Amino acid sequence: MASEEFEEGGYVERVSITPAAEKVIDQLREKHGELMFHQSGGCCDGTAPMCFAIDDFKIGARDVCLGEIHGCKFYMGGDQFEYYKNCETIVDVVAGRGASFSLEIPLGLRFLTTSRLYEDAELDRVRSVAVA
Amino acid sequence: MSYQRPVFKDQYENYIGGKWVPPVDGNYFEDTSPIDGELVTRIPQSNSKDIDLAIDAAWEAAATWSKSTAAERSMLLFRIADRIEENIEQIAVVETCDNGKGIRETLGADLPLVIDEFRYFAGCIRTEAGSVTHIDPELVSMEVHEPLGVVGAIIPWNFPLLMAAWKIVPALATGNCMVLKPAEQTPVSILIMLEIIGDLLPPGVLNVVNGFGAEAGKSLASHPGIKKIAFTGETTTGRLISQYASENIIPVSLELGGKSPNIFLESVMAEDDEFLDKAIEGLVLFALNQGQVCTCPSRALIQESIYEKFMAKCLPRVAAITMGDPYELTTMMGAQASNDQHQKIMSYLDIGKQEGAELLCGGNVFNHDQYPGGYYIEPTVFKGHNKMRIFQEEIFGPVLSVTTFKDEAEALEIANDTLYGLGSGVWTRDIHQAQNFIDGIEAGRVWVNCYHVYPSGASFGGYKNSGIGRENHHMMLNNYRNTKNVLVSYNKNKMGFF
Repeated sequence: MASEEFEEGGYVERVSITPAAEKVIDQLREKHGELMFHQSGGCCDGTAPMCFAIDDFKIGARDVCLGEIHGCKFYMGGDQFEYYKNCETIVDVVAGRGASFSLEIPLGLRFLTTSRLYEDAELDRVRSVAVA
Repeated sequence: MSYQRPVFKDQYENYIGGKWVPPVDGNYFEDTSPIDGELVTRIPQSNSKDIDLAIDAAWEAAATWSKSTAAERSMLLFRIADRIEENIEQIAVVETCDNGKGIRETLGADLPLVIDEFRYFAGCIRTEAGSVTHIDPELVSMEVHEPLGVVGAIIPWNFPLLMAAWKIVPALATGNCMVLKPAEQTPVSILIMLEIIGDLLPPGVLNVVNGFGAEAGKSLASHPGIKKIAFTGETTTGRLISQYASENIIPVSLELGGKSPNIFLESVMAEDDEFLDKAIEGLVLFALNQGQVCTCPSRALIQESIYEKFMAKCLPRVAAITMGDPYELTTMMGAQASNDQHQKIMSYLDIGKQEGAELLCGGNVFNHDQYPGGYYIEPTVFKGHNKMRIFQEEIFGPVLSVTTFKDEAEALEIANDTLYGLGSGVWTRDIHQAQNFIDGIEAGRVWVNCYHVYPSGASFGGYKNSGIGRENHHMMLNNYRNTKNVLVSYNKNKMGFF
C-alpha cells in the first residue's frame, strides 16, 4: 500500500506512543490479531484515534500513514493531516468509554492523542508520510 | 428550583419484541454519571446474538406494522408525545444524570424538542400522499411509497433522546421497525422512556440493544437484516458504517459534526439595544450543552472594526456562566459527558496554548466543590487564526476560538476554510449583507440573527465532511421508504413489436 517506505534513523517521528498504550495494544492484539489506527475527525468521539483489526477499516486513496506505533500503522485523512504537519502526535490511553467501534472501548479504556508542536530545528528532520 | 439525582434499578435489560430481555451472554457494564462519577446502573453489554434477536423481533413486527394505516401511526406518535410530556420532569432528570448537561437544558430544550418531533411527523404523514400522473391519456403512472422494513440506528451521547427521536420518529412514521443502539456513555434515558411509553408501542416495532460499538454497534451496522442505517457521530466510524452499508447495498445517512463559524458583522454594534444583547448571547452559545453539540458555534469571526468593543461585552457574559449543581435550574453549564471526553478537551486546551493562541478566559479544569468526581471544564475563549488546530478540529467542549476579518470576502473565506459544513451563524442588521452570507456559506444550516434553534420541520444535515442526508424534516420520510412505480395502461391495443 505505501508508495514510499520509511527510512531508518535520524528522523523525528510524526507519531509516538506511551508505554501504557503499548500494553493495551498487546492486550488487544491477543484477541484481534494485527491492528491499525485511524485518527477520526468530527463530532462526539471524533478528533480521537480509532483502533481496528487490520483489514476491517478500508484505507482510502487519500489517507496518509504517519508512521508506526508498536507495530501498528497510524493513518489519518489527507485533508486532516494538513493541520497535523507541525505536530508530533502522541497516542496515550485513559479510562473512558467512547461511543465508537474502536476495539479498546470494551476494556473501559480509550485511546487519546495529545500533541507536541515541533521545534523549528526539528521541522526539516520530520519523517515523511506515506501516501496510501 | 432543584431536582434530585434519580433512583435507578440495579440493572436494566435490552428492549426486544416489547419485552425486557437480558443479554444472551449475560454480560453487563457499569454506567456512571459524569456529574459525580458515581454508578448509575448496570447495562447490557450486548453482542451479535442480541442484535440477531432484535432484528428477528423487528421483522416479525414489520409484517403487521408495515401494513398499518397512516392514521394509526399518526395517532400512536401523538400518544407517545403526550405520554412523554406528562412525564417530562422524570425523563429530563434522568437525561441530566446520564449525560451531565444541566436540567435547564433537558427541561427547556432536549425533551420539548423530542415531544415536538413526534407531533411534527404525526402531522406530516396525514397530509402527504404519493402521486398519480397521466403520462398520456391512456397511461397512468403512480408513485407508491412502501416502508423499507427494518432499519438500524446508532445514536450519539450528546443529545441521547433527541438524536434517538430524530431517527425513531421518521422510521416509525413511515411504517418501519427499528433496532437502535444508544451510545455507551448514555444508555439509560431511552430505557426509562421505554418504561414510560412501552405499552403504547406494538411489540417489536422499536427495539433497543445496548452495548459497545465494536461488539453491538458493528453487528448492527453490518447485519444483512437491516435495510438502512442512520448514524450520528464522527468521521472514521461514519466511513466504517458506510463501508458496511456498501457490503449490504443499503442506504446510509451520516451526521458527522462540524466546526461551525459564527460571524459577527460591524452593524451589530450600531445600536446598544436588545439585538446587540441577543448577538452577545449568540457568541456565548458555544457553551450550550458544554460545547458538545455538532453545530457548536466554536469559531467566532468578528469584524475587526468592532472586535475590541464587542469582545469587551462578550467576555463578561462568558465569565457569568454559572457552573453549579446540574440538577439546579439556575446552573448554566454542567459536566462533560465522560472522562475521556474531558481528557480530550484538555489536550486541545494544551494544543491551543502550544500553537500560541491567546487565552482570553478559562483554559482549565473546573474544580467542582459539590462534585469533585465529575468532569467539568471552564468555559474557554482563545484568540488566534483559522489555520490553528483549535480552529480546524472539533473539540466538542466549551472552547471558543475567536478571530477577526476585515470585510465580507475575508469573512466568507475563513468561514468556508474548514473540512466541515454543518452549522453557521450570521449576525448583521443589514439584510442585503445577510443574503450574501446565506448564498456564500457552504453549510447545511445558516442561522441568521439567531443560533442553536432546532425546530422540527427545519432540515438538519451537513455539507462536505459533515455527512450525508438530512434529518428533522418531512423530506426524511423518503429516506425511510422505497418508491414503487406502478404504470397502468388503459389502452387495449398491443404495442406492435411482436
